[in-house]
Amino acid sequence: MPVQYYIFLSIALFCIGVMGVLMRRNAIIIFMCIELMLNAVNLLMVSFSKMWADAGRVDAGSAQLFVFFIMVVAAAEVAVGLAIITMVYRNTHSVDINILNRLKN
Amino acid sequence: MGMSIQQIIFMVLSVISLVSALGVVLSKNPVTSVLCLIVTFFTIAGHYIMMNAQFLAVVHIIVYAGAIMVLFLYVMMLMNLNAELEPQKRNWLKYAGAISGGALMVVLVAALRDASMPALSSQPTDIGLIKNLGQLLFKQYVVPFEVSSILFLSAMVGAVVIGKKD
Repeated sequence: MPVQYYIFLSIALFCIGVMGVLMRRNAIIIFMCIELMLNAVNLLMVSFSKMWADAGRVDAGSAQLFVFFIMVVAAAEVAVGLAIITMVYRNTHSVDINILNRLKN
Repeated sequence: MGMSIQQIIFMVLSVISLVSALGVVLSKNPVTSVLCLIVTFFTIAGHYIMMNAQFLAVVHIIVYAGAIMVLFLYVMMLMNLNAELEPQKRNWLKYAGAISGGALMVVLVAALRDASMPALSSQPTDIGLIKNLGQLLFKQYVVPFEVSSILFLSAMVGAVVIGKKD
């Protein structure tokens, strides 16, 4: 199966995530779209790992460990980010990101 | 030319993941978005299994569907967001966002359409098994592993400090 299939699938998932970040104004949805983009990159990296493993490279497993570390960072990011969103909601009673432009003043 | 069984599975998983990813973006109810994202994560785990990345598939389901999405649902439950709060003024911003994302997709697809890359073989490789990845993780990548534990600890402390009522 051509590796292009996986590339195009990852591009589509990533661009759906970009569209979500640009279109939605609910901070939680935007956060979920960022997770979607991270997962698109992870999928691409795993398929490249398979491609190099097929080519006989012995260090192709490094890409899968990189995906593992991305998952670690994503988990930490979600913990801190949701805490921040909860604090914003507690102070403004909204998660609309347009509310956040009050930070300017 | 008939499609092989792997290609059929790939197509089915891809269609489900794209539709549910669109559901994340387009649904009005945030809880529906979370459920769509869970479906997307399960199909991505299916892709990992197709490429015999078994460790990553299991970790993906445990971390994302098991931990992160539950955290999202919990936060949503605490916030009582059932009433959709996004007012519908400034509709052109939505179209601008959709057009920008679509333009990015067109550019990326056009750039990579003619790239010559080897095809993935249908034979499973064993680099994604937990034995081989564990060997690699605890021999070559043990320092990043320990650093990530410090990252986790600081994220935990940070989340508690930020979320604390002051």
